[in-house]
Order: sequence, then structure tokens, then C-alpha cells
Amino acid sequence: MAADALHFRFIVDGENFTSAGEASVEVKKKLRQLGFAPEVIRRVSIAMYEGEINMVIHAGGGEAEITVDPDRIVIVLEDHGPGIADIELAMQEGYSTAPDNIRSLGFGAGMGLPNMKRYTDEMKIESELGQGTKITMVVNV
Amino acid sequence: MSTYKHSVTLDIDKCKGCTNCLKRCPTEAIRIRDGHAVIDADRCIDCGECIRVCPYKAKKAFSDKLEQIRDFKWKVALPAPSLYGQFDNLDDIDYVLQGLLDYGFDDVYEVSRAAEMVSGYTRRYLRREGVRKPVISSACPVVVRLISLRFPFLCDNVMPLLPPMEIAGMLAREQAREMNPGLRDKDIGVCFISPCPAKVSYVKNGFMGKKSYVDLVVSMNDVYFALLPLMKKDKTPMPISHSGMIGISWASAGGEASALFNDRYLAADGIENVIRVLDQIENGNMPSLEFIELNACSAGCVGGTMAVENPYIAKTRLQTLRRYLPVTQNWSYKEKNADTFVPEEYFSGDRLKYQPITLLDNDMDAAMRKMQAIEEINERLPHLDCGSCGSPTCHAFAEDIVNGEANENECIVKMRERIRKFLAKDGPAGKEREPDDRT
Repeated sequence: MAADALHFRFIVDGENFTSAGEASVEVKKKLRQLGFAPEVIRRVSIAMYEGEINMVIHAGGGEAEITVDPDRIVIVLEDHGPGIADIELAMQEGYSTAPDNIRSLGFGAGMGLPNMKRYTDEMKIESELGQGTKITMVVNV
Repeated sequence: MSTYKHSVTLDIDKCKGCTNCLKRCPTEAIRIRDGHAVIDADRCIDCGECIRVCPYKAKKAFSDKLEQIRDFKWKVALPAPSLYGQFDNLDDIDYVLQGLLDYGFDDVYEVSRAAEMVSGYTRRYLRREGVRKPVISSACPVVVRLISLRFPFLCDNVMPLLPPMEIAGMLAREQAREMNPGLRDKDIGVCFISPCPAKVSYVKNGFMGKKSYVDLVVSMNDVYFALLPLMKKDKTPMPISHSGMIGISWASAGGEASALFNDRYLAADGIENVIRVLDQIENGNMPSLEFIELNACSAGCVGGTMAVENPYIAKTRLQTLRRYLPVTQNWSYKEKNADTFVPEEYFSGDRLKYQPITLLDNDMDAAMRKMQAIEEINERLPHLDCGSCGSPTCHAFAEDIVNGEANENECIVKMRERIRKFLAKDGPAGKEREPDDRT
């Protein structure tokens, strides 16, 4: 019998750039322990890292939930931030609403969402203005 | 089963079984078992952090003895550039090199010379087509081993050029044969004078599939005390040194990278910082860079555990020493295709291979069940990460339990809870007491 899927939850602290990315490092470590291929681990960690950074910059933090099966890894990122006004526009490379102080840190290049899409096999964005955003990403093994 | 030989070892008699090294080990390679530390050879990267923090001097770096050089007919010393920073009031490197000859070496080949050649060839290597960027320096053996154990995706970013110590060893052997055509290879003893225990391990284990050109790795500390009485200021030394500013700069953090004459580089030092940088490169969140220099020791090689002097003082002395030196005295040869040419013998054998040492099980289903069990046990633990159980963190303890190496009852925080509950039920007066009623 196959093992049950593994679930991991992480709270992503808002406004804290020092700890941003910790959840993705943690997930990377676990995927390594499970024996996933380096390429899969890299795709998951990049997609998740970008998502984490987005939640810190735009939404004051949020939650990350990762479900691991031997054949697929699902990442759900959920926040209660301002929501995305125009998802199609947000998906364009180089488009960013990040404020100047964030750009001065080297973030806000407008590559976050496009990168998340590029490194995953499926990506779904559900967003409501003033309510928050939920992003579901799937990496097939 | 481990096949990797380490320099960092433990003196069981001195070890008290405290948690200082346990907590500090960056790869969670240490456990406390039966009252003393045990190092997992598969995980250890010879970074020397445990040597630095042990209050009882129970952790040691094993190295070869200087006297062993007498076993060879032709003895060559390979001083690391950090050696020159160990001496007070030194105004000429030749005093150190003359001291080595006076000790009994037949020849000296400065590693800083080879470092200057590596700098030249690195500049060319970076210009090659199809090279995976950023290129990560292969000079620090701790970093190279760390990448092979933990950063599978970065293995191909590690520069395939041999580090300066190896190239110095190779060239020193060539020079020895030129000077003495009758010498057989085994007559030549090449002795690296090292600030770094990981270089000892490197030489014993070989590097990326290649046997080392170095025969002995001797601690800088031992050489320092042998040299002090020999270095006399009243005698003018022979002009032996062939090092420039670049070669000397390799001894401290940032020196290797700045020699590339290219500002698209990053240099980090200290093992925790190195790990953070590697994590970030793997996440893809790095500005586009050409080169990354990483030093496991704070301040760079001058911060090695086998060096004598405070690393920052050594670094300051090197700044003074190199001030009147030419930029480099070892330009790479003017071969054809000089733009990208690197001689074949300067490359290491294989590419760096990923070794998944933290794998829970070869079968993914079994690994997933184990991880599930680990997470469940971890939930029950106090998350104080006190280390009293002998594992570095509560999570590592949960892993050890699932791997059959520890027992949950060894958690003293949980034991205290049990005792308190027990006393509350069957207290001295036999009556029920509140668990936090301490009298």
C-alpha cells in the first residue's frame, strides 16, 4: 500500500525579509530526505520562494501548505492581503506594483508570478480585491 | 558505512558530553551518546566549528607531523599564503621561506604562486561558452563537500579547476624532477603547510576523482613553532618569493574574487553565511553573477583552526606585506586561444557528484512513512531544542527515534513532566496537588 500524502504548513511572517524564504528552505530539506530528484526540488523551492516573497511584499504574510505525494507536489499559498486587481497584467513579465523601498532591496522586478508559472506544471490564482489571494501550484514528478 | 576520512576527531577522555559542539554543527553531524560526542563521518564536512566551540579542547584536527618529511629524499614545502600573516613585524616573505629551507626543506613552492595562475585561468574559464553561472570557487574544500551533500543543483556550478594547493603540488613535483632528473616520484615529498583541517581530509580522500599531488599536510601551528627560532633577522634571506598581491590576497575572504577584475562577484565567509548564500542561489534569487567565492571560515583561510594568529590581525599583516608587491608574478602563459585556454592538467577529474546522505530510505514510500512518523513525534516534543537528549534539535531527535538511534523517553523535559505528574498524584502527604504547586 502506498504511503499517505504528507502535509506541511508554514506561517509566512509579513514585513519580515530576514525570515522570508525559510519555509522554502525547510521544504527543500524535506524533499531531499524523501529522495526527490534535484530538478524537482529546485522547481518546488523556486516557485515556493517566489510565492513567499510575494506574500511578504504585498500581503503582510500568509500561509503556505504543501502536500507531498510521490508523483506530485502541491503548493497552496493563501493570504488575506489586498488581492490582485488584474491577474492577466500581474502575470506579465516586468509588471510590478512593489513600492520603491522594496525595489531598493532588489525585489519587485515583476518576475515573481511568471517564474512561479514557469517552474510549475499547473498554477491557479484565485483572488478577490480586499479579501486576499490563493495560489495553487502543482509540480508533477 | 562511511568511506570518507576526516581530520576532525574527538578525544573521548576530554569530552564531557556537553552540548556546545552539538548545537553548533552546521550539518547536524554530532550526537551525544554514552556521555560523549560522536561524529557522523558521512555528514561531517570538516568545517572545524566544533573545534572552535569546544571548551574542553576535546575536538582536534588531525594532521601529519612535520618530522615525517624526513622520510623523503627531496622535500618541498608548500606554504599557504596565510602562513605569512602569522608573524609579527615580518617585512619580507623571504624570511619565512628561508626559515623553511633552514629547517631542512630542499625547496619551497608558494601556494600563492599557484593561486595567481588559478586566478588567470579562472578569468579565462569564465569567458568560455556554455559555462553554468554563477561559477562557484572550488578552493574551499569544506564548501565543495557541503555542496556535494546538500546542494545537488549547484554541483555543476562548482569550478572544475583544481585548487591552488593541488596546482602548487603538481608544479612543485615538476620543478623537483627538473632540478634532479634522477628522482623517482616517490622520492619527492610535497608538504602543504595548512591553516585548514579540511585540506587534510581532502588530501587523504582525493578530490573529484583525482589523487592529490600533496603527500603530507602539516598544521600551520606546528610549523610556526618550528620556524620561530630559525627566522633570524640578522641574516639576509635568499630572494625566493614569487608572489604578488593577488596570491597573498587569496589568504583572506574576497581575495580570490577580487582577482577576477570583474565586479559581478559575491564573496561570503563563515559557514552559516555560506549556507544562506547557497540556499539563495538554489532558490534562483540571486542577481546575475559571474563568480561566487565562499569561505567556510570567517575572514577566509586566515581563520582556519590550525592557524595561530587571530584571523583579523593576520589579515591586516598581509595587507602590509603585499603593499609593495607587483599585482601578480605569475601571469598565465601566452598559449594559443589564450582567451579561453586552460591546460587540461589544471582540471579536476570528474564533475562533482551529489551524495544524498540525509535520505530517509531508498524507497520513497518507506521514506514518506518515516517522515510522517517523524512529524508526529516532533509534534509531541517540547521544541526547546535543549540538546539534553543528545540530538541537536527536537526535530533531529524525532528523526533519530524513527531511525532507531534514540528513544523518546530520553527527552528530559518530558521526563520532568512525568515526575511532576507522578508527584502530584502520589505526593508526600498522599493528597492531590496542582502540578505547578512547588513547595
